[in-house]
Parts: sequence; structure tokens; C-alpha cells
Amino acid sequence: MANKLNLEVVTPTKLVVSDEVDLCTVPGTEGVFGVMANHAPILSTLTIGEMHYDKDGNIVRLAVSGGFVEVSSNRMTVLAEAAEISEEIDVDRALKAKERAEKRLQEALSGREEIDMARAKAALARALTRLKVAGKMS
Amino acid sequence: MASLKDIQLKITGIKKTEQITKAMNMVAAAKFRGAQERMEEFRPYAGKFAGVMGQLAGMVDPNAFPLMEERDVKKSMILVVTSDRGLCGAFNANIIATAEKFLAEKRSEGKEVAIGCIGKKGYQYFSKQDVEMVIDITDCMARVQMVDAKAAGKECIRVFLDGQIDEVHLLYGRFVNVVTQKPTLKKLIPISAADLSEGEPAEEESGPKPTYIYEPDPEEILSILMPMFVNVQIMAAMLETACSEQAARMTAMDNASRACADMIHELTLAYNKARQASITAELMDIVGGAEALKG
Repeated sequence: MANKLNLEVVTPTKLVVSDEVDLCTVPGTEGVFGVMANHAPILSTLTIGEMHYDKDGNIVRLAVSGGFVEVSSNRMTVLAEAAEISEEIDVDRALKAKERAEKRLQEALSGREEIDMARAKAALARALTRLKVAGKMS
Repeated sequence: MASLKDIQLKITGIKKTEQITKAMNMVAAAKFRGAQERMEEFRPYAGKFAGVMGQLAGMVDPNAFPLMEERDVKKSMILVVTSDRGLCGAFNANIIATAEKFLAEKRSEGKEVAIGCIGKKGYQYFSKQDVEMVIDITDCMARVQMVDAKAAGKECIRVFLDGQIDEVHLLYGRFVNVVTQKPTLKKLIPISAADLSEGEPAEEESGPKPTYIYEPDPEEILSILMPMFVNVQIMAAMLETACSEQAARMTAMDNASRACADMIHELTLAYNKARQASITAELMDIVGGAEALKG
């Protein structure tokens, strides 16, 4: 047990993961980093991206967006605005979101407000991450 | 005295009402369970969030953050969370009364006031009052969603940072238990470091505080988390209110059903009395007639 890391992934709607894992990699704002058991305490914000964890050789992938991660005394807590395990991702919805975001981005490029651009970019990044995470498993 | 037919009609009517209130009670009970579940699922998130915020807030200079800036209050705002639908007893009335009290207090201190409404009931009431409304979000309580909380949070932050409003309070129906819901007032903005550190503690055992590696630095993390924290608090308030609403409706409908049953009981008594009286009267007639014939 000593060399396992207690991982919890929490979103506003549910506890997505609660497990003992060997390694967990998350997309921090300052770069992707991996955490193993007995990692030094760390607090980092998260960006939109893919996180995955390894439990006894099984790798589970998740698409996460926004939030932060805290590691202390062998417990790792990921607080994300959204987190989905690869099998649970709604691919159709992500595809639609991607198309929508791409369209909006086109419109934004043809001269609209800055704020639209940032939101569209974020939406696109979320959709792409979901597709990437979902696609890898199939 | 009402005729037999009148009483009969009344009884049928009340029985129908009772059916409806009973059905509403059961629907509310089912929805309540859902709402409670969602509220409880949100709790670890909110608790953890508050814990980390508290920990960070103690380490930084509060003056560096616009959202923590304490200003002289010239104008204060209250964000009122009510339900969208009625028929839940005095639940919304209680919240609105608390809001009115708050407004009256601030006005008597010579401050300007503004209001924000989440939920249709509060909106319906305050749109008829003479008060400036900054936020109105309705039809969102049946299924509480983060987008609504975010929209409200964004607006609150905007008016605060613009300097239009100097403090934002949050009023919601706190869920104590199934029979008690309490209108509760909470300060939302400016976020105060003191409130945070004494706020809901994270569930961890309190050992010596570990020194963290911060990525990026604490100030930057906090400036990202603060707006999110406002949203989280609004979301929590909405979830609690939704849960309280269903609980209040359960109680209200339960009382209504019981009142119906009482009325039916009384009317049935009256009906039987009237029926017996008419039978007796008829018998008297017959007996009287027979006596007369005997001569």
C-alpha cells in the first residue's frame, strides 16, 4: 500500500474516480506533470487536457477541463469543472461541439469581439481533448 | 342546511383535491431525493474548494486582489435565490421577507441597494417593487446547472469590479432538514480572508501544515480560483434552495392532504346526519298518514 497514491477526481456533479493508483499524470497550467506515491505536496491549476492514471498496469484516460489539483500526504485530489473517463465520453456531442467552436472561431476571425475568440478557443480545446481521449481507446 | 346533493358535490370536489395534493406530495418526495443527492454530490467539491482557498488566502496579501478589496459601502446588492414554482408553503415568502428586511436595513443606513434574482418567484415579486434589478435568471431551479451559477457569478463580479456595487450578499433557502428550511444570508463579494480560513474545513485530519509547491505561484492560483469560488458558492446556494423547495413542498402538500381528509370526515358526518334526518322526516310522514287513515 505504501507505494500507492490515493487519487480522487471530483467535479461539481460527482465523484468521478476514487482509487489507489501507481501513477497519475495531469495537465497543469505550467505543463504536464506526473505524480507517484510520496510526491512532495503540490498545488497546481489545471488546463484543458488529458489526464491519465495507471493502476496495476491498466491505464485509464480522462478528459478534464479547468480546476486545480492538490497533492499532500499521499493523497491526490483533482478538482475539475468537468472530467470524463474515456468510455463515458459522448463522442457525438464532442463532434458537434467541435464543429460549433470551429464555426465560431471562423466568425471571430472575420472581425468580432476578443471575448468570443477566447471562449471559442476554449470550447474547441475541450472538444478536441474529448475526441482525443475517446478515440485512443477504441 | 345544505341539501344532500350539495354536500355530496362538495365531498367529491375535496376528494379530487386530495388526490392532487397527494400526488404532488409524492412527486415532491421523488424530486427531493434527486435534489438531495445532487446537493450531497456537490459538497465534497465545495468543501475541498473552500479548504484550498482558505489555505491560500492566509498566505497572500489581500490588497493585491480586486475581489478581496473592502470598500466603503455606498451601494450594496443582494442576490436572492428562490424557487421557480409555488405551492410550497411559506418557503419563498420567507426568503422574500428576509430580503426585504435586508433592503430596509441598508436603506435606513443611507445606502443604495440593488437586487439580483435567481428563480422565478423572487423575480416576480421584485420586478414589481421599486428596486434596481441587476440579475434575473429564471426557470433554472428544476435542474440546477453550473452554467446558470456561472452566469450569475460573472455578473456579480462584473458589477463589483466596475465599482457599481461595493458588496454582494447571497440569500438562499438553507436546507436544515426535511421540516426546516432557513433563509440564510451570506457575504459573497468581497471575499474576505478571515471568512475563508474559518470556513468549511477540508475533511483531512489537521496535522502539521505541509509546505506546498505552487504552480503557478499562490497569487496567480488564487486569482484564477477566486471567480470560480464565487460560482461555486452560488451553485451551492442554488442546490440547497432546490432541495429545500422540494422539502417545503412535501410538507405543504402533506398538510393540504391532511386538511382535505379532515374536511371530508366532517362533511361525511354532516351528510349522514342530513340523510338520517330526511329518512326520519319521511317515516314521520308515512306514520302520520297511516294514523290519519285509521281514523
